[in-house]
Amino acid sequence: MSAIDRQMNILEFTLSSLLRRKGRNAALLVVYTIVVAMLASVMFFTRALRDEASHVLQGAPEIVVQRTIAGRHELVPPGYAGAVSRIRGVREVRPRLWGYYFDPAVGANYTVIVPTGIVPEGSENIREGEVTVGSALSRARKAYVGDVFPFRTHDGRSLNLRIAALLPQETELVSADLVLMSAADFGRLFGFAPGMATDLEVRARNPRELATIATKITEALPDARPIIRAEVARTYDALFDWRGAFMSTALMGALLAFVIFAWDRASGLSAEEKREIGILKAVGWETSDVLGMKMLEGAVVSLTAFLLGTALAYLHVFFMDSSLFLAALKGWSVLYPSFTLTPAVDAYELVTLFFMSVVPYTAAAAVPSWRAAIADPDTVMREE
Amino acid sequence: MRFGRKSVMHVALTLALLAALFAMAGHAALSERGRGGRAGLVARLGLTDLCVFTEARYTRHPVMADRASAFQDHPLSFEHFPSGSLMGPPPHLRAQAGDE
Repeated sequence: MSAIDRQMNILEFTLSSLLRRKGRNAALLVVYTIVVAMLASVMFFTRALRDEASHVLQGAPEIVVQRTIAGRHELVPPGYAGAVSRIRGVREVRPRLWGYYFDPAVGANYTVIVPTGIVPEGSENIREGEVTVGSALSRARKAYVGDVFPFRTHDGRSLNLRIAALLPQETELVSADLVLMSAADFGRLFGFAPGMATDLEVRARNPRELATIATKITEALPDARPIIRAEVARTYDALFDWRGAFMSTALMGALLAFVIFAWDRASGLSAEEKREIGILKAVGWETSDVLGMKMLEGAVVSLTAFLLGTALAYLHVFFMDSSLFLAALKGWSVLYPSFTLTPAVDAYELVTLFFMSVVPYTAAAAVPSWRAAIADPDTVMREE
Repeated sequence: MRFGRKSVMHVALTLALLAALFAMAGHAALSERGRGGRAGLVARLGLTDLCVFTEARYTRHPVMADRASAFQDHPLSFEHFPSGSLMGPPPHLRAQAGDE
């Protein structure tokens, strides 16, 4: 008999033995699969968000210079742009106009931006009296192209702007709450003094000098706070680190409950199972065969749960827009993007999940069987 | 040698699920899903953040948040937005706070 035949026979026997306790093992497989699917969902979701951030935010400003006073953001006065542009290595400085607008009608915060378009092929050319809005905002406000969008200005007057266009739905992950408007309308809405800007966007001649330029900016303007592009990437790496995330912590309770359940199932042998081992030994099975069979039993359950759970998680995150997480992700937000994430799979994380889910259960299943298998068959069969 | 029906079915199921795992990896490697459009918009508008949590300034734009974000209005006004517990603070804020 070849090795494959032998293993297939042991597998056949193992499956028959599992099917004899159909209800118990089916329940275990279902719970096991759900736990793996939840863990894998968190893993896929956070990985995809980090991947998205690192790809999409590559075009983020090289340096953003803010001004802070008493721990709060302050508008940047006109002289700052000149002071920054005199620093050696700076290619271009552009004041940015943006801010937040709270809309009491839906209870949502919008991000209002005046497109400056350092990249010349910018298509977001906004005319005075018009706005372009994000798709999620349009859905929440039930306002579409051609509708009038009413704003209340800083001095209490109303400002009615016409929606000229919606930002494409595929860009929702960066544009859900955006309102793009002209500089003139922005000035009317927020009452910025002439020449004042929210912050400055700085481009360097040599991108490798960003850190040096940032230091020089702080030296020249002590109340300025430069944020370089590398910090954008680091922020999103840290933000969605699944091992440190709140979601993993929340799942930890469920995971521990499952570990206790699985340990109890795998490590405690029922009288029937002990009798089975005794009979197998009595009919000539080696201890190693019994052990192999029991480990295979553990592996069948845990490997199936791992593979099924991972596939379900992939479907959940990338084809059902992570619907199970939405309640947690929404928080108190009124506007939220549809999480149509670009799928990302990380082999290292999958292998970690495999070792976390398959190996402990398989090992836990083997220990008590080994104890029963080395005992005298007669004693094992008589035990109740 | 003829194999048992159950074992053959199980092996087939496991192989199918393994194939699905590889198919997922392949699908992920090939997927774009409008990423180009998003990257273009980020570059044109000079955006700094993903629009994931729109509750508060520091959750909407974590990169632009300042060190006092969670204490915006009062020294004892602790973090109270749910999404603040889902995301850690940006590392550059922690590094700067440590330097001081």
